[in-house]
Amino acid sequence: MPDRNVCIIGGGMSKWGVREASIVDMTQEAAKDCFDDVPALKKEDVDGLLFASSHCGRRSFQVNAAPVMAERIGIKPTSMCTRVDTLCAGGSSGIILATGLIKAGMADIVMIAGGEKLYTPQRWETYYSELASIDHDWDGAQGIGLPPPFFSMTAQEHMKRYGTTKEQLSAVSVKNRRNGATNPKGHFQKAVTMEEVMAARPIAPPLGLFDCTPVTDGCAAVLLTHEDKAKELSDRPLVYIRGTAQATLHSMSMNWPGEHLADWLHLRTAAKRAYERARVGPGDIDVAQTHDCFTISEIIEMEDLGFCKKGEGGHFVESGQSDFGGKVPVNTDGGLLSCGHPFGATGIRQAREMLHQLQGRAIKQVEGAKIGLTHNLSGLNVEHTILIYGREP
Amino acid sequence: MGFENFGTVSFTAAAKAADFMTHLEAGKVMTTRCRNCGASYFPPKADCPACLSSDVDWFEIKGQGKLNTYTIVNYGPTGFENDAPYILALGEFEGGIQILARLGRDIKPDDIKVGMSLAISPVKLPDNRVAYEFNKV
Repeated sequence: MPDRNVCIIGGGMSKWGVREASIVDMTQEAAKDCFDDVPALKKEDVDGLLFASSHCGRRSFQVNAAPVMAERIGIKPTSMCTRVDTLCAGGSSGIILATGLIKAGMADIVMIAGGEKLYTPQRWETYYSELASIDHDWDGAQGIGLPPPFFSMTAQEHMKRYGTTKEQLSAVSVKNRRNGATNPKGHFQKAVTMEEVMAARPIAPPLGLFDCTPVTDGCAAVLLTHEDKAKELSDRPLVYIRGTAQATLHSMSMNWPGEHLADWLHLRTAAKRAYERARVGPGDIDVAQTHDCFTISEIIEMEDLGFCKKGEGGHFVESGQSDFGGKVPVNTDGGLLSCGHPFGATGIRQAREMLHQLQGRAIKQVEGAKIGLTHNLSGLNVEHTILIYGREP
Repeated sequence: MGFENFGTVSFTAAAKAADFMTHLEAGKVMTTRCRNCGASYFPPKADCPACLSSDVDWFEIKGQGKLNTYTIVNYGPTGFENDAPYILALGEFEGGIQILARLGRDIKPDDIKVGMSLAISPVKLPDNRVAYEFNKV
């Protein structure tokens, strides 16, 4: 039985932002960009497509979207053609599933594409569909449909327990918007100052406008294959998927698994498994893309991924340890705060940036990066997904 | 009846735990405990998620809870626009039962303290809708 090493060989993105384009248009743009990244590949040789999108059924009125995308991309999958939905982690879920298929010999070359068209002509529809993202019967009925209030509670808990400051939250936004300023594919190409972030209009205090990821349209695509095929298709350094994990311990605000909202047991659970599978520890990670849906999220992720001690995430960010030249540069392409967050596309965007980092061709390069980690949380923080990539299998 | 009239906006009319609504209409916030394995939980469930038994009992959530955390919602999702601003809170009751609910309108932001005591009670909403909310003890 095969037990093949799996590599990521190419990545692409549509332009992200407020787009006058459909989800199918943007998927095609992302796929073209991805094929252009691997010129030796004949697209007819792609035998699988996993399409990650949560809201295509509601906001684009398209269920069973994968065949529609396959036709527009111009591929004819024969091993697998299906949609994946784990909301904010859909793209990462697709990559994990494709890794398993390729490793087992059930597929050879798989494209993972995904994204969302979130802006609808009627604004009310955009803000109604958000209620489908949570446990709508109990959480939704109370009016917690939009994420900022929940993460505001999380931020207040962290500030109260560990003395985290609004300046430390803001430092995440300043760093990620600076990193994203040179990324032409992201939603924003504009750095923001500490003063601007601190003075921004409140959304759900202590979170202000620049503490929150925007609503963004966009798609992304990556290609995975086994080691032998990867060598055949590209002269670039190989980038392997070394370890993965996805942990779900609850599904709604009322059954929170940690000691308190700033204690992310499900993230630690996923991290432990991913590190074990990849045979590395947090100290081995050279670069990371973590889920900065809100500034507080990135601070807690630094702690529960093991990059610093519990409670020291604010200081870690403020002192530059998650910036270039620090212990582990985080969100080197701008993260969600600068690129935006078309849910199903985000894990794929992170994978593409990780591919570029580990091949030494990122726009903002971490010198000599050999091992990288990507992370997503889903919905009202109900699931954590991690992938670890490396230059060695 | 089912959950048609639950909360400001509800989504699932038919659900097996619909007795919750009958109790709520009668003035009690009730939930379930499994007779087979003893697990209790909120929201109520007609079938136990711990042992999957269907032998569950209803009991009332009474007594003082504790406010763990809260947030002021300035921008409500569709259906809640006219309610905002409102305050959502996570409370914890006997047996570690966690509940997310709104704070009663008579509680002002300046009066709220994390750790303060809470009671939970049914509340009538416009158009014959009904929900539950936290009140000061």
